[in-house]
Parts: sequence; structure tokens; C-alpha cells
Amino acid sequence: MKSQINARNVVVALVALGLLLLPLYSALTGNIFILTLFTRIVIFALAAASLNLIMGYGGMMSFGHAAYLGIGGYAVGILAHEGIGSGFIQWPVALALSALYALVIGALSLRTRGVYFIMITLAFAQMAYYIASGLSRYGGDDGLTIYKRSTFGGLIDLSNRVQFYYLCLACLFGGVYLIWRIINSRFGMVVQGVRSNEQRMQAIGFHANRYRLVCFVISGTICGLAGALLANNTDFISPAGMYWTRSGELMVMVVFGGMGSLFGPVLGTIVFLLLEEVLSQFTEYWALIMGPLLLLIVLFARGGIMGLLGRLSRA
Amino acid sequence: MLVLVEQSLNGLQFGLLLFLLAAGLTLVFGIMDFVNLAHGSLYMMGAYFAATFVAWTNSFVLGILMALGATLLLGIALEFIALRHLYGRDHLDQVLATFGLILFFNDAVRLIWGPAGLSLPLPAWLTVPVQIVPGVFYPAYRLSIIVVALAVAALLYVVVMRTRIGMLIRAGASNREMIGALGINIKLLFTLVFGLGAALAGLAGLMQAPILTVQIGMGENILILAFVIIVIGGIGSIRGAFMAAIFVGMIDTLGRAFLPDLLRTVLSSAAASTAAPALSSMLIYLLMAIVLVVRPEGLFPAAKR
Repeated sequence: MKSQINARNVVVALVALGLLLLPLYSALTGNIFILTLFTRIVIFALAAASLNLIMGYGGMMSFGHAAYLGIGGYAVGILAHEGIGSGFIQWPVALALSALYALVIGALSLRTRGVYFIMITLAFAQMAYYIASGLSRYGGDDGLTIYKRSTFGGLIDLSNRVQFYYLCLACLFGGVYLIWRIINSRFGMVVQGVRSNEQRMQAIGFHANRYRLVCFVISGTICGLAGALLANNTDFISPAGMYWTRSGELMVMVVFGGMGSLFGPVLGTIVFLLLEEVLSQFTEYWALIMGPLLLLIVLFARGGIMGLLGRLSRA
Repeated sequence: MLVLVEQSLNGLQFGLLLFLLAAGLTLVFGIMDFVNLAHGSLYMMGAYFAATFVAWTNSFVLGILMALGATLLLGIALEFIALRHLYGRDHLDQVLATFGLILFFNDAVRLIWGPAGLSLPLPAWLTVPVQIVPGVFYPAYRLSIIVVALAVAALLYVVVMRTRIGMLIRAGASNREMIGALGINIKLLFTLVFGLGAALAGLAGLMQAPILTVQIGMGENILILAFVIIVIGGIGSIRGAFMAAIFVGMIDTLGRAFLPDLLRTVLSSAAASTAAPALSSMLIYLLMAIVLVVRPEGLFPAAKR
């Protein structure tokens, strides 16, 4: 049995502790900005973790994950616009719609493999993007302002920064725990088996595509939750948030952190969004550095941050 | 009727433009098995180069020729410095690396040319309307796009199907290792094909520039369209790309032109004018989804590897 104390686990534990204690730091120093920044980071980490479930464990390279962020967000936004402010209605609707969308496009997309799968998920996400632009009643291209965050009958107040942060963090930890349980279950083993050798799994009697599809739907539903959180965080939802570059950013976060590792996407999201924040403070042209950096990471740092930490602990 | 003729020509013109972009993409994809998201950036660079050089030289023709050369060189440099290290890697790696290049190019353009768009004014001799059939006038510039693009398509066909280099390209598409083993300098061939693809993308960009404004991100929307086209047509197939490009160009243009009126018969006027562009954009993705579901390899799949 390998020792549990290695660089990888220590870093993960420290990051988790840091995320838990962040509001304390923010309250002590009066630095509110860092809390809002990290609320955003935590939400995106949840989205990246959900993408990692299908990319890292399922071998399905979805280039359309931003669609779920949009669907979850629009479910909250449209219901709020129509006067239904209760989160007990908004959020289940957001999850159900994301799951339904994932079921439909998953059933169609999973007929293809490889780069065709990347392209067809992208095409469906673009379709969702254009549907959102066509919603003239809800702002069309200009987007929709959400005047009131979801209410949970006095249970929790989303307008309170600290409470909202802890809700997002709870969703993130809950999501990661769920993914951990999934990948270690019999179902998760089959999904990973299909990724490694589909023919063999078929031959021993598993209906590969059914397992893939269920995994795809679970991932989409979790990402829909992230979308509902994100809409509450920004008090605004627009088609721009589900453009294909957003899907690309989510993929970058996953690969940054290390695809197919449980906490990798969380670290990847933290590093990516912090880097974006820091670079944009230095220079308006942050992408001038971020772009080539991404190229270098792909070329030289396989396995992302988790891979790097893994090599550190072996050394 | 007149409107229909004019819009069909517009559709044809847009389709041919898309073909120029898609041809480079499908060549690179088919031969090197390389997904290049930065292809749209080369399209954008072509337009920016053209706007700059035309303003410098005060000559439209000289300017666009220089822009074409500059995009070709840029493509070759890009391949040489970065992209050749990504051949044979996972498609995901290629997607991410070239996604990084898009970020880089967008900000580089913003740094050099500023955030506001440029415009590429046409010379007087290209702005006159031409009478194509009695009573039907069509802008000379759009007509010249159709002529140039058709000529390039024909040239591409001749080069790929009738010359030695084209034979090597086709051989590379069906079996890379084999033509390498037969003593062909495959690295040089790849660089050449990539440069050719870049020049085609640049040509599409600079020809589109006088019609739309030259702006940051102009390559992204159209890149996705080009991907849709090569997926519909079958990856690696130039013939498929040509057919699919014309098809997509027609659907997009005719949809935008006639859907609003069509929708107005069932919807309120305001709702129709918002829903129509969205719906006509969606039509293309719907088409791709249907094609992929029915024929997962595209309509004209290239030879099996």
C-alpha cells in the first residue's frame, strides 16, 4: 500500500482547506473582491469536474459543455422573469432540462466517435446558442437581467455573499464526491472499461452505448447545476455565456488540471481563472501570454498539474 | 423572382468563400490528421493584412497579392514553429493547442491594429453593378468573388488530381507511413500543404473583407461553419467540401433572406425578425446533426485508411 501522504494529496487537502477558510480571510482583511472571484472559480470548477467525468473517465470529448451552463442559467432566468422566484422550482427545472438536453443530444452524438463526436457536440451547443439568441421575449442577443436571485423560503439567502459562496462550495464538494462514488462503482468501472476497450466490453455483454449515455446525462445534469449557480452569481444570463469558446475554456480547465483525476479539474480551474485575473491586471492583452502558455502545456506538460504533482511524489 | 436570383447568387458566393476556407481545413485534416482551430485566425489575418497593405500601396490588386503572400508565410512559420510538433498527438491536444493560438492571435491583432475594426475600401472599377441577364444587376465585386473562387477550386482540382504533387497529397491522405517509406519528404509535403491551406484561408478572409468589416473574432463564427462543412462533406474529401460548402452557403443566405417573411405569416413581426436569423443559423447545425446521425462518416467519405 502506497503512503497516503504524497505531494498530490497534500496539495488537494490544502486547496480544499483554503477554499473552506476563504470567507474567513475575506472577512478579516475586508477583501470582498477575492470572495466574489472565488465564487466564480468554485462554480466553474463544478462545471469542469462534470466535464471531466465524461472526458477523463468516459473518453467522450464533449466540445459543447457550455450549453448546459446556458440551459441551467436560462431556466433560472426565465422562471424569475415570469415571476417564479422559488429555487425549489427553478433548480429542479434547470437540472431536468439539462438532463433532457443531454439525453437527446447524447443519444444522437454517441453514434459517432473521435473527432466527429467533438464536432457534433459542438454543433448541438451552437444550436442551443442560436436558440438562446432567438428568445426575443427574454432579451435575445442582449441577454436577460435576473433581478432577484432564487429564494429558498428563508432557508438560505443567496444575496448574502458568504452564504452563497458556501452553497457553491457545497455543490462543488458534493459534485466531486458524487463523481468519486460514480467512478468507483460498478457502473463507473464499466464506463472506464468502455473507454479502454469498447469491443471487449461489448463482447462480455455490456451494452456500451447505454452506459456512455447515462454517464453523459449525469455529467450534463451536474453542469446544469453549475449553470443555475452561475446565473445567480452574475444576476444575468446571455447567449454569449454559451458560445463555443466557453466550451473550449472548460476543456482547457480540465486539461490544465489533469484529465481523469478527481481533483484535477478543480485545481485546473483555480489556476486558469487566477492566471487570467493576474495577467489581466498586468496587461490588457493577457491572452497574448495565455495562448502560447496553453500551447506549451499541451506540448510539454502531459497530465496537467496533477500529472506534475504525481511525478513530484514519485521522485 | 429577381430577389430569388440575386439571393441565390449571394448564396453561391458565400458558399464558394466557405469552400476556400473548408478546402484548406479538410486538406490539413485529411492528410495530417490535424484539427486546426486556428484556421479561422489565418482567415482573419488575411483580411487584416489586406486592409493594411491596400492602404499602404494604394493599389487594391497589389495589396491583396501581398496579403496573400503574407498569409502563406505566416502559415508556414506557424507550422514550422509550433504545429508540426502536434502531428500524431491526440485530437484533444490539437484542439487545445490551436485554441490557445486563437487567443493569441485575437489579442495580437488587438495590440497591433487596435480594438476597432478596419475597413477595406473597394476600387471604383469593382463597385459598378453588372447586368448579368437583361434586367438583373449584380455587384461586380461579388461576381468577381464567384469567378475567383471557382477558378481557385478548378485549379485546386487540377493540382490535386492531375499533378505529381497532388498525387503525393492524395497518397499522403490514404497512407502517411507508406509514402514516407517510399522516400518522399513528408515533412516538406506537410509544410507545403499547411501553407497552401493558410493561403486559401487568407484568400477567403481578404475577399470577404470589403463586404463585412475586418474585425477581431471574424474568423471564429466562420471557422465553425467550415468545420460543419468538412464534417458534412466527409473529412479529407475536397469534392465533399465543395458540395457541402455550396449547400451550406445557400441554406444560410436563403434562410436569412426568406425566413423572416415566411415566419411573419405565423408569428408577430417583431418575434419573427428575432427568431428568423437564429433559426436560419440553426438550420445548418440541424443539417449537420442529421447527416452525422444518418451517415456518421459524412456524405462523401474519403478513402478508408
